[in-house]
Amino acid sequence: MTELSPAATEAHRAIEAIWRIESARLIAGLARVVGDIGTAEELAQDALVAALEQWPISGVPEKPGAWLMGTAKHRAIDLLRRRQTLERKHEEIGRDIERAQEVIDPEAAMDEDVGDELLGLIFMACHPVLSKDARVALTLRVLGGLTTEEIARAFLVPVSTIAQRIVRAKRTLTEARVRFEVPAGPERVARLASVLEVIYLIFNEGYSATAGDDLVRPALCEEALRLGRILAELITTEAEVHGLVALMEIQASRLRARIGPSGEAILLLDQNRSRWDRLLIRRGLAALERAERLGGAMGPYALQAAIAACHARASTAADTDWPRMVALYDAVAELAPSPVIELNRAVAVGMAFGPAAGLALVDGLVSEPPLSTYHLLPAVRGDLLRKLGRSAEARAEFERAASLTQNVAERKLLQRRAAECTAEGMAG
Amino acid sequence: MRVLVLAKEDHQSQAAKPPTPEMMAEFQTFNEELVKAGVVIGDGRLYPSSQGKRMRFDGKKRTVIDGPFAETKELVAGYWLWQVRSIDEALEWLKRSPFDAGTYEIRQIMEFEGM
Repeated sequence: MTELSPAATEAHRAIEAIWRIESARLIAGLARVVGDIGTAEELAQDALVAALEQWPISGVPEKPGAWLMGTAKHRAIDLLRRRQTLERKHEEIGRDIERAQEVIDPEAAMDEDVGDELLGLIFMACHPVLSKDARVALTLRVLGGLTTEEIARAFLVPVSTIAQRIVRAKRTLTEARVRFEVPAGPERVARLASVLEVIYLIFNEGYSATAGDDLVRPALCEEALRLGRILAELITTEAEVHGLVALMEIQASRLRARIGPSGEAILLLDQNRSRWDRLLIRRGLAALERAERLGGAMGPYALQAAIAACHARASTAADTDWPRMVALYDAVAELAPSPVIELNRAVAVGMAFGPAAGLALVDGLVSEPPLSTYHLLPAVRGDLLRKLGRSAEARAEFERAASLTQNVAERKLLQRRAAECTAEGMAG
Repeated sequence: MRVLVLAKEDHQSQAAKPPTPEMMAEFQTFNEELVKAGVVIGDGRLYPSSQGKRMRFDGKKRTVIDGPFAETKELVAGYWLWQVRSIDEALEWLKRSPFDAGTYEIRQIMEFEGM
């Protein structure tokens, strides 16, 4: 290989950045014309290859997005013509080509339709016909502009696994004849829920990395937040979109306070609140207000955001409005009963009405099947036992919690708790 | 990553030409595009330095200096806080701005110190 000239290197870096900015819009615009994500992505990739060949020599065009769109749309028309010779009916193809030609004007391709196209792509990539894993991978690929390698690295799985997952997802969409559309009516609610779920899954994978040495992978949190913020601009009237954004903004505000100097986890109530990101809290509270103004205070994400906001508003852990927290968990539990919510509610009850009240609730959860291997159950139980002075029992619970978590940093924290209990037991 | 984009304006031109309505409209359009792309997370415009103050530290001594700060060639007139995935992405966005004068500086903000 020949060495790249400095100008060519610069062009390559610019192209990479432009791709990150433009790829989702590009794929969305193409998917509208050709009808499927797989073909749209291939056409977009072809345009990218053309840019990589031409721009280092000719320079980056003034409107790179329009250039890429124009190049890809020309190829799309060629493709549709070739398809015409295959099985499909003439008049149908005629319409497709007309549609493609309509948007061939790069200027027109960048105007008011862009929002709807992007939404169409989001709804398609997050279609409920796909498994959660497939939706996540496809969303990061076509909306985040991440490469298969980057997604694999983020989820600590082999590249081939992600590649397979994406290929299969595209095939499933085609086989299920999923249309490129912005769903309306009752279907919209279910489809939107699927979109929000995917974004929150991405966020959570970054926020509480389920495996590996890192406690958080901020890049995934940032990507989820970016997608959420974009969605909130595209769908301004759906309360839950703002609820989810509020939840992510406020949780992200604590990212840098959650990790100690040697990479260990710091639990929310032990965090140095001066390290919480005030800007993100402010943005989160504003988004929550928007959700509430739209009548969505009782939506699942808005409720969770309200819980997060309760922490964010308190200047010290002791200042937290725990009775309100219990009420909010009551509302969440009513909406979506789950043992994990009950566990969180027990923590709030323990803070509001004393550790004995909390422990009584946790003891009722011990036999819940989904919690039997959930490390936070013994962790919470250990915490309440410790507050009640039952150090030996507390230590056993922390040790059990440590053995259940897959996360190295979290395990260290739990082992430290167990050791502290031993010391307290001896002192007492 | 987060970057701070500092709008630096030449001291004289800042006073000499206030932005025209057309320029303001173009700027608005650009800013909206950035917001829609999830890039802008904060912004602000500053009053002229004539209303600003400076404090100089020298050991225990504090000296307050009143604006305008005429000796400086370029003054910060506004700022943006952007969430981007690379400095190159920030550069690409900035290239698309409608500005026809001044200097804009992109600086990465330190995050996750200790990691």
